[in-house]
Amino acid sequence: MSVALQVRGLVKEFPGRRRGSVRVLDRLDFEVAASEFVCVVGVSGSGKSTLLSLVAGLLPLTAGRLELDGVPITGPGPDRGLVLQAPSLYPWRTVERNIAFGLELLGLSRAERRARVAWYLGVMGLEPLARSLPRQLSGGQRQRAAIARALACEPRLLLLDEPFGSLDVQTKEDMQVFLRTVWDRTRTTVIMVTHDVEEAVFLAQRVLVLASDPGRVAAEIPVHLPTDRTLEIKRDPRFLQLRSRVEDMVRAQHRNHLAATTATT
Amino acid sequence: MTQEGRAISAVPREVTRSAATERPERAFDELPRRTRALRPSRLWSIREEVPAAVRRTLIALGVVAPLLVWWALAASRTVDPVFLPAPLDVLRAGRELLASGQLGADALASLTRVAFGFGLAVAVSVPLGLLIGSFSAGEALLEPLLALLRYLPASAFIPLLLIWLGIGEPSKVGLLFIGTVFFNTLMTADVVRLVPRELIQVSYTLGATRHEVLRKVIFPHALPGMIDAMRVNAAAAWNFVVVAELVASTSGLGYRIVRAQRFLQTDQIFAVLVVIGLIGLAIDLGFRRLRNGVAGWAS
Repeated sequence: MSVALQVRGLVKEFPGRRRGSVRVLDRLDFEVAASEFVCVVGVSGSGKSTLLSLVAGLLPLTAGRLELDGVPITGPGPDRGLVLQAPSLYPWRTVERNIAFGLELLGLSRAERRARVAWYLGVMGLEPLARSLPRQLSGGQRQRAAIARALACEPRLLLLDEPFGSLDVQTKEDMQVFLRTVWDRTRTTVIMVTHDVEEAVFLAQRVLVLASDPGRVAAEIPVHLPTDRTLEIKRDPRFLQLRSRVEDMVRAQHRNHLAATTATT
Repeated sequence: MTQEGRAISAVPREVTRSAATERPERAFDELPRRTRALRPSRLWSIREEVPAAVRRTLIALGVVAPLLVWWALAASRTVDPVFLPAPLDVLRAGRELLASGQLGADALASLTRVAFGFGLAVAVSVPLGLLIGSFSAGEALLEPLLALLRYLPASAFIPLLLIWLGIGEPSKVGLLFIGTVFFNTLMTADVVRLVPRELIQVSYTLGATRHEVLRKVIFPHALPGMIDAMRVNAAAAWNFVVVAELVASTSGLGYRIVRAQRFLQTDQIFAVLVVIGLIGLAIDLGFRRLRNGVAGWAS
């Protein structure tokens, strides 16, 4: 297994409200292997979204090393695709033209773009909606289109920031199964941030639990569950045990976070 | 598994106990209550549709009633026709102006000035608005001065413009420009600022450069709002052109009003006012159609 993302002593500080600075991430160390699926869970304030923004290159880091395939990350680029919770499709572009956006920038020929877009429309089950505008789609369809758009650029890393956070429970489960399938087919390295522990355990090969105030890696928990996961597995005792273990950790962090924030205010 | 089972079985016991034996805790006096529910209303339901027939009647009433009042006032001869000419006299005056070709020439002169003055303002304000709305540096450099200049009344510039540019076309085009460019810039900047940050960030991760983000993300996203801003400011431009033509002018709808005033031809003034209103309405509709045409996704 080759290392795709390497994080060493990563520190992120934001300027304080009046003076000084607030440390959001404190000396993070972890690695993500190529083709791995890693979920990052943590309470609000653990800096999990900040971590993703740093990997995406949208924020400068304060200290430490952040390398993709041995090359330091200095800014955003198409080798790290990003999907957010907030709808971020181009509202004036149809689904197929949304997916084609990155390909247009690369100057691909129309035929080449069509072929690639058609493939991702197929994988994502979006063919009937190819000519629809984002506002005509449901929440789940929008997120599928957003994932397709990111994947079309064939990124080394797919970064997902609570992509199913605003979906209803049934759609969310559909999307989870769907995302596993897509990952199985494309073997893109995925880092997904979520506050939903069940989701994390269901999807990931490894769950990273972040501690808060400031954010640190509290635990790395490997998920030894079958690769072909269906929703049935959520009732499996092994699944439930793992889920409880991660939940207990997150709850403990939440209590610490409450104690810390009440003490300072 | 067992942990969850316990948690679930504990819930009903708690509920039955509190319902059967404990009174609800009460810390305050009884809350005064409004006993009457909201009564339904046909005409005054906020943000609800009125029946189509009622709607049509109201529209007709809103247009016809003022006309009737005007007609009645003029017909009763309580007001001197020099102050308030009768509707039919105004129509006749309008027809005469149209037949003589003066009305068409004046409207064309005014529209041409708007096209140049306001067109120039748009050409300057769209890039400036994109600059201010997209870059903090642009905002810091330009916005304070523009926000101040916006409050200087354009008509106060007329004497200066006459000194700077003479009494010909340039001073009139200049007035329209000054009257609209600041507002249009700041309104454009506002709609540019509404482009979601997430959309811009995601575009970077799809490989877009800053230039491409401006051209392929910010501009199309802001376009419907920019056209709306133009629609509002085109109305201002249409107002200013008449003001510009009231001073030192030999053509245009404003000039026609001044001329009619000299000969106390109030019926002509009224006819020109009606034409000004109709052309303004047409400009407004034109911008609406343009917006729906190029940016149907936003409607």
